[in-house]
Amino acid sequence: MATSADPFNLIICGVGGQGNILLSGLIGSALIRKGYHVTVGETFGAAQRGGAVFSSVRISQKRCYGPLIPDGQAHLILGLEPLETLRILRKYGKPDTVCITNTAPVFPIGVLSTKEEYPNHDQLQEAIRHLSKAAWFIDATNVALQLGSKIATNIVMVGALIGSDQLPLARNDIEDGMRDIFPPEAMELNSRALQMGFNALRSQKDKSIV
Amino acid sequence: MANIATYADGSCVLLQGNEAIARGALEAGAQFCAGYPGTPSSEIIGTLATVAKQVGIHVEWSVNEKVATEVAAAAALAGLRSLAAMKNAGLNVAMDFLMHLNLSTIGDRGGGLVVVVCDDPQAHASGDEEDTRWAAQMADVPLLEPANIQEAKDMTRWAFELSEEFQCYCLLRSYTRLSHSRSGVVLGKVPRPERRAMFDTSRCYTPYIAPPKHAALHEKQARVQQVFESSPFNSYNGPEQPELLIICSGSGWPCSLDAIEALNLTGSVGVLKLGTLWPFPKRVVEGYLTRTSKVLVVEEVDPFIESHVKETVAKPSAVPASPEIYGKGSGHIDFYGEITPDAVTRALAAIFNLQYRATSPNYEQEARDAKRLVIDRGMTWCPGCPHRASFFALRDAIRRDHRKAIVTSDIGCYTLDVFPYGTHQTNVLHCMGSGAGTACGFGELAQFGFEQPVIGISGDSTFFHASVPALMNAVHNKSNMTLVILDNGITAMTGFQPHPGTDRTATQDRATAVNMEALCRALGCRVEVRDPFNTKETAATLRQLMRDENGVRVLILRRQCELLRMRQERRYPYTVRVDAEKCKGDKCGYCYKVFQCPGISWDKETDKAQIQQAVCVGCGVCAAICPSKAIIKEEIG
Repeated sequence: MATSADPFNLIICGVGGQGNILLSGLIGSALIRKGYHVTVGETFGAAQRGGAVFSSVRISQKRCYGPLIPDGQAHLILGLEPLETLRILRKYGKPDTVCITNTAPVFPIGVLSTKEEYPNHDQLQEAIRHLSKAAWFIDATNVALQLGSKIATNIVMVGALIGSDQLPLARNDIEDGMRDIFPPEAMELNSRALQMGFNALRSQKDKSIV
Repeated sequence: MANIATYADGSCVLLQGNEAIARGALEAGAQFCAGYPGTPSSEIIGTLATVAKQVGIHVEWSVNEKVATEVAAAAALAGLRSLAAMKNAGLNVAMDFLMHLNLSTIGDRGGGLVVVVCDDPQAHASGDEEDTRWAAQMADVPLLEPANIQEAKDMTRWAFELSEEFQCYCLLRSYTRLSHSRSGVVLGKVPRPERRAMFDTSRCYTPYIAPPKHAALHEKQARVQQVFESSPFNSYNGPEQPELLIICSGSGWPCSLDAIEALNLTGSVGVLKLGTLWPFPKRVVEGYLTRTSKVLVVEEVDPFIESHVKETVAKPSAVPASPEIYGKGSGHIDFYGEITPDAVTRALAAIFNLQYRATSPNYEQEARDAKRLVIDRGMTWCPGCPHRASFFALRDAIRRDHRKAIVTSDIGCYTLDVFPYGTHQTNVLHCMGSGAGTACGFGELAQFGFEQPVIGISGDSTFFHASVPALMNAVHNKSNMTLVILDNGITAMTGFQPHPGTDRTATQDRATAVNMEALCRALGCRVEVRDPFNTKETAATLRQLMRDENGVRVLILRRQCELLRMRQERRYPYTVRVDAEKCKGDKCGYCYKVFQCPGISWDKETDKAQIQQAVCVGCGVCAAICPSKAIIKEEIG
């Protein structure tokens, strides 16, 4: 199964501590097992301090690409936080970029200390829609909270990513990778998180014509 | 579960650049590895430490990079293959030793010694963009620079062979985009290292007498260059007679390939990628320079390759018709920041007079318009971080003292004080241990009319790393200063590595924790220890110390890093809530506007402070700083 472009450029973005690097590792390892050349680039200087972080994943059947995605060349953006999706989309987006975004905001310190205002929810979603071919919004933090573990938010988002059919990966490819990094007792919860993210995207996709 | 030591020979595994370097060392049979943590290098030693016992090798976090290099060199002199790892700034600390070890050699029975240095172009996690390649030229030692993660592993392994063959240490230069990227790496075999350490006492290794040894080193360089001229790590890809030749290394290589694809120049641009950078493989370069009339040199930060390409061209006999050289000198590539595919695309487009647009003008305009919605995400101390409380007390003490105290600081999480959401108490800050050293100097200016109190700041790890000599200097030269040691019990900023003040080594063995207050007292300092969460007592003690001019004063502010505490205790100490009756809301705003813990915000509707339950870690320090006593902490039973 081929990707829609080669190289296919995926960006996973969010805030330090949201599990960005775990996701890029899960996706990267799964694609390597399928025989793709994969290069994952990470920024994590800001990881523990509430800063904006993102991972780039470059997927190819031709060769091993460098970790940096050229401006305006992202095919898919997986945003763990909506403001971060827009930040990345402005630099790396192009008219046919697809975005999958968690709806829950993480307020920057400037907002918490009332020095700045977080952008309006609807305007943010509208801007993301406007700059992408397709944009799906997943209530991933709430889904994870319903499962009893906020930390599973990122796995819900990976489930949505798989559900979008943008990558040549199925749910069990991710589950195989999860078994390598999660203890056995955490597998059930994370498998459910993956399933629920998958379902959440599929139910939106069925309603849309994209 | 498989790990870096047990992944099978021949398998392809997704490895981070630093993990690949660690695997390369294991495949080379390295038995002794030492380093000091620093982004982006920390995972090299971190990874090796996790498998040290399993493989039967020694791995340590040393007190600083110079000592790391010295202990690794000792192991090499005793016949073991050894590795030292550090970031670019750390190389400066090690450089004194390395500028002499090059002359002494590691001997004909020496084990290979590889010094890995990770540069940080763009200074993602550094205070500078230092380019390590010049260090190799200065020390006359070989330097290899991988251009991808497979090469990172393979070159590390080869570097040990080179080092043993030429009896000198070998530098391996990494950089953020290599160390902190991951890709599939095809692995080799990890041997069971079985060399025994032994030193032949009939030998003497020293740089004396230097000039003849320096001459011998240059002769050795010529032999290394011979090997480099035929190395497969220097490779060309492109047309036989390219219209333009890109010469690049490291990150410049993948960025160049992206740019050529973006501009559809595959048929006219060739790429010569160099992996053996010093001694410079002049003949390889000469061979390709004769095939073209235009050259673009693509490399990060300094024009290292560019200078040597120009030198090569300057020899009239070698390259008859000198090509035009584009790069930093011509203004096509920047002297600063990291190289990106777009930077190379812009340079090529300018040279070929092409138009390049990643997207449509319309889309670019819409992306620009969306800027009004995008606000910055400032970095700040974690909720529960002891440093926030320490700086809060520091500010209070300085304000009440009224003498414009100067604060000099160094490198750690507390460096965030100079960032937009810090308290901005810090006046002078440079490198590891420089808070103590510059404080010492300011404290020696009384005879010139300097009357401001002087406060130096160090962390616990930077105290041991480079502050102790400065403190001794302060005692000996009668500096009037107070050193505040922000002791959070770990090297927190780089990922919780131990240091001589902690009771575990890198490989989790029990260690004797060096007692920093006993050490400071032994130096003759007055020493006080406080909990920074007790902000009032901390501020009062600091004010007293600032007034005490009887010798050097040390205030240790001791509280464990919250992230580490949470890892160990796995529970929050308190639940925290706001008493709406007492809270004065935005008229006050002290907790969220001044103290700025991300666990507290303002609820516009009720005009009250609000605990962000998803963020708050229940440390309870805000209960102590609220002027209206409106924040209540309750112990969790």
